[in-house]
Amino acid sequence: MFGVGGGTSSYKEIEETDVIVLWGSNAREAHPIFFHHVLAGMRRGARLFVIDPRRTATAQFADVWVGLDVGTDIALANTMAREIIHAGLANRTFIDRATLDYEAYAESVESWTLDRGEMETGVPAEVIREVALAYARADRAQLCWTLGITEHHNAVDNVLALINLALLCGHVGRYGSGLNPLRGQNNVQGGGDMGAIPPRLPGFQDLTDGDLRSKFERAWNCTVPPVPGWTLTQMFQAMERHDLTALYVIGENPAQSEADVTHARHLLEDLDTLVVQDIFLTKTAEMADVVLPAAAGWCESEGTVTNSERRVQRVRKALDPPGNARDDLDVLLLLASRLGHVWRYGGDTRERAEAIWDEVRSLSPMHAGMSYARLEALAGIQWPCPHDDALEPSFLHGRLWDDDPERRGRLAPFNVVVHELPVDEITEDFPLRLTTGRRLDSYNTGVQTGSYASPLRFGETLDLSPEDAARLAIVDGQSVRVVSRRGSLVAPARVDRALRPGLTFMTFHFSDEVDTNVLTIDAVCPRSGTAEFKATAVRVETV
Amino acid sequence: MEHVLEDEATPAECDAVDVVLGPSPSSWAGGLRNARDLRVSFAGDDRVAGRDLLLPALHALQSRIGWISRGGLGYVCRRLSIAPADAYGVASFYGLFALEARPPRVVHVCTDLACKVNGADEVIERLRVSEPVDGARSMSTWHESPCLGLCDRAPAALVIHAGDPPYEAPLPFVDVDAIRVSMNGAIAPEWAHAATVSQRDTDRLVLLHRVGVVDPASIDDYRAHGGHRALQRAFALGPAGVVREVLESGLVGRGGAAFPTGRKWQAVGEQAQQPHMLVCNADESEPGTFKDRVVMEGDPFAVVEALTIAGYATGCERGFIYLRGEYPIAFARLDHAIATARSAGWLGDDIAGSGFSFDIEIRRGAGAYICGEETAIFNSIEGRRGEPRNKPPYPTDSGLFGFPTLVNNVETLVNVLPILVGGARAYAATGTDGSNGTKLFCISGCVVQPGVYEVEFGVSLRELLAMAGGVRGGRALQGVLLGGAAGTFVRPDEIDLALTFEGTRAAAASLGSGVILVLDDTVDLVAFLRRIAEFFRDESCGQCVPCRIGAVRQDELLERLAEGRPRTSVDAELTLLSDIGRAMRDASICGLGQTASTAIESAMVKFQPFRRPR
Repeated sequence: MFGVGGGTSSYKEIEETDVIVLWGSNAREAHPIFFHHVLAGMRRGARLFVIDPRRTATAQFADVWVGLDVGTDIALANTMAREIIHAGLANRTFIDRATLDYEAYAESVESWTLDRGEMETGVPAEVIREVALAYARADRAQLCWTLGITEHHNAVDNVLALINLALLCGHVGRYGSGLNPLRGQNNVQGGGDMGAIPPRLPGFQDLTDGDLRSKFERAWNCTVPPVPGWTLTQMFQAMERHDLTALYVIGENPAQSEADVTHARHLLEDLDTLVVQDIFLTKTAEMADVVLPAAAGWCESEGTVTNSERRVQRVRKALDPPGNARDDLDVLLLLASRLGHVWRYGGDTRERAEAIWDEVRSLSPMHAGMSYARLEALAGIQWPCPHDDALEPSFLHGRLWDDDPERRGRLAPFNVVVHELPVDEITEDFPLRLTTGRRLDSYNTGVQTGSYASPLRFGETLDLSPEDAARLAIVDGQSVRVVSRRGSLVAPARVDRALRPGLTFMTFHFSDEVDTNVLTIDAVCPRSGTAEFKATAVRVETV
Repeated sequence: MEHVLEDEATPAECDAVDVVLGPSPSSWAGGLRNARDLRVSFAGDDRVAGRDLLLPALHALQSRIGWISRGGLGYVCRRLSIAPADAYGVASFYGLFALEARPPRVVHVCTDLACKVNGADEVIERLRVSEPVDGARSMSTWHESPCLGLCDRAPAALVIHAGDPPYEAPLPFVDVDAIRVSMNGAIAPEWAHAATVSQRDTDRLVLLHRVGVVDPASIDDYRAHGGHRALQRAFALGPAGVVREVLESGLVGRGGAAFPTGRKWQAVGEQAQQPHMLVCNADESEPGTFKDRVVMEGDPFAVVEALTIAGYATGCERGFIYLRGEYPIAFARLDHAIATARSAGWLGDDIAGSGFSFDIEIRRGAGAYICGEETAIFNSIEGRRGEPRNKPPYPTDSGLFGFPTLVNNVETLVNVLPILVGGARAYAATGTDGSNGTKLFCISGCVVQPGVYEVEFGVSLRELLAMAGGVRGGRALQGVLLGGAAGTFVRPDEIDLALTFEGTRAAAASLGSGVILVLDDTVDLVAFLRRIAEFFRDESCGQCVPCRIGAVRQDELLERLAEGRPRTSVDAELTLLSDIGRAMRDASICGLGQTASTAIESAMVKFQPFRRPR
């Protein structure tokens, strides 16, 4: 959208803003550290709006909780946009100066009246209006989202719908106003920044740009293929076509985390070669031909991580890895050398990591000013940091407000987005919507959290509303069968008032016991490669 | 929090709580869900009222249902947005709240000091035989209770029958038959046993002159007997003038600490922070104390008027009367008096055209002695465990809800009425040089005519005992417990002691709350002391170590001595006893721990019960 992939604001700005919208985010449980910044903001007077089908723990903290139907985010955003435009709250100064295609956008949301919005989303019209006006009228506002937005078949459209709102109100490129996808791991941002996204080179640089490619080819003395590789989802599709027969998995557990996981496992089994490099013997590793035990990144190796506010931070080695486990870098260098490429980075572990980092800095302008010495002196630096003698503002895209069109640079386009219901349709046979998510005490497939006890953890459950439980004559704790078009499983039922009739919820933290992803659909967003984990059609039967 | 307490409240429980908190605004605070609740919630939906309504809500459950179930507690938690563990900690703090199912009718039989010397032990022993407690099946039960403030009618009991409306009544001069009838028979919805004055020479009464004379339910009767004259004078003087009068009167607090009342009023009035809060301490739980009950039952409008004056003088718009839970008659009469005063324009906005607005809420305690401590009272009103706070900050700086707060007890406040009506100078001329005005004494135990006696400061203990008819049945006086369970003993050869602040101070004693508990020569002093030790053991709030541990060690030590099995020697035990006392005195947070050993140590000095053949 703006040419970079990252939250536009800093944590400090969350604390100094006026309105915080958490859209499709249960941050209190899934991003508890970030939520501390939200709470600090609220203590200073910020109002919190939580948009989520469930009345989550986060929603309980909100000034307003908006319980929309699963997969109606675009409908809600477009209705809010129309309301903002009609209330005369569109930020014309910003729109004229910094954006493109506003007229087409305004026209596209015109049919989204409050009534239509209420009908599509289930949210009372006046509540949609209240949220829209609060966001538009705020001096500073933060729009933050997570997987409730992105785990949909139309994930990119969902994100664009939110970006449209920020552009409409001028809530980007200013201190305290911004757009922030919250990252689920300490270094998701860093992974993307380093080029672990098929169409990007390190520094989030466009692979298809010939000049940029040449720069890397010169430095690496090799040819960089101009065609982006596959996303994870595309890899599974390629496995299905037998175009992909060997897979090297580093720190990922697709045998449990993929949607429609039964199918995914068959594909993994059919591979000629599966190599897994991990610190745990995951389910995927158990299927592997070769397992490469790795060092723990946070305490057994040297390097950097980049958090959700784009802050690059040093990681230092405190322990030697146990047994035969090796630093990821060791493994990669040895592998490269066996494949005939001797990558020479001299010195001890730290010096080697620094040498690689300096190579990053020489190729990635946004990291250029971040020497190890400076990272250590400043306890981390946010990108972009092109100069080694200056720091950029804590927020991105301030250029969009610049008076000088030259310095303003590439303008930000509005994108017309169309509301589409989730792929897995609700029918008489599958009358309930299952949405998945996380709980505070567990992490993803449980690989990193399952081995320690938590007083909060009660295992996998099928959560349903008191009304549905009564209708189906299900009591708390009773075993039920959950059936989707792809599979079924048995789990204890848990009655949860946070859910309304028709809506059910599961996590996927306990996939060894209850394999939630046998139910989910691999309807994938073609542009982001993410499957629609948030919307499955199911029925619940007593067993 | 719904994950913690899954039990659902019954409709009756919800209804009882809703009477206090108002109807639930949204199902997120409990109750039935409507379509809108499934789509939206707002901050505050979970919490329609402040936490300070926790205690009233728990009372509502207890008095309607008879106990506080998990479902009921869960509903309160959801309505007030309080974690169940937190609310349970509060509910379990109070003796009058039951957290296990029990029959709706409960007779609380007092076994405390005054009742003990009037045969309560015998009543209990016979009850154990004739009315064994089988809680689950029967409609009624009984249990032992600490002091009910009915010491002038000892032995006494209090019957509480949960329901809508609940029935609560004191039972004076009980025996086994009376308790059996109250457990099993029909109960009459009337209170036949309200306060009267025992004193003969009623002409000289100042604070009690309306008690037993006026109809406590009639504001007209109150006004016909001098009511509201003090308030009118206060409005004429202005707040600063009232504070000056109170300062010049030399009035000091009657709760035991004898702090100059005018200085407190001045300190609160001068605080820049707003709002100011007024708390009337009506939690007289000191065993042997019942004077405030007599004033509140017999002259409730005087209490309302006195609070109004205090609020006016110190810039408070809200006053709380923290009333001990065992006083149903005082509650009903004060409640009625407040409502009547409000509708007659003597409370609420623009009182009597003065421009001053003030209102009063009653908060009922629930059976916790410690809540009479001036900072524990704040925590209790705020819906927390009634644990005392560290001082400083003092209440005048940061008290109820963190605001500057004036705390006075009932007797102190009603003294302001004669001060304003007669003038500070006239008031200061009464009593002695160091103790101005009159004092209410609670005479109980082995006397002919127990009751509240109002005398001018300067009267000796001997004279006061004579007023009460002397020792009952012509027996010899063994001693007097002066000032309550936290007080000191007076020997028969010391009863010429002048009952003034300076007189008692000189004798290393204290007037305390005005308790005169008379023991004749038949009283088993050691058993009496053990009851004092047991009382403090039970009533220690457990917050600070010296008191929590010390009160238990003191009780265990007395038990060993009483049973004639000292650990090493009697001497060593007595040394240990005074060590424990010193630790509690020096290191406890509040007055409870600091005085928990006072009476016992005083008895050791005065009577040496373990050094003479028993």
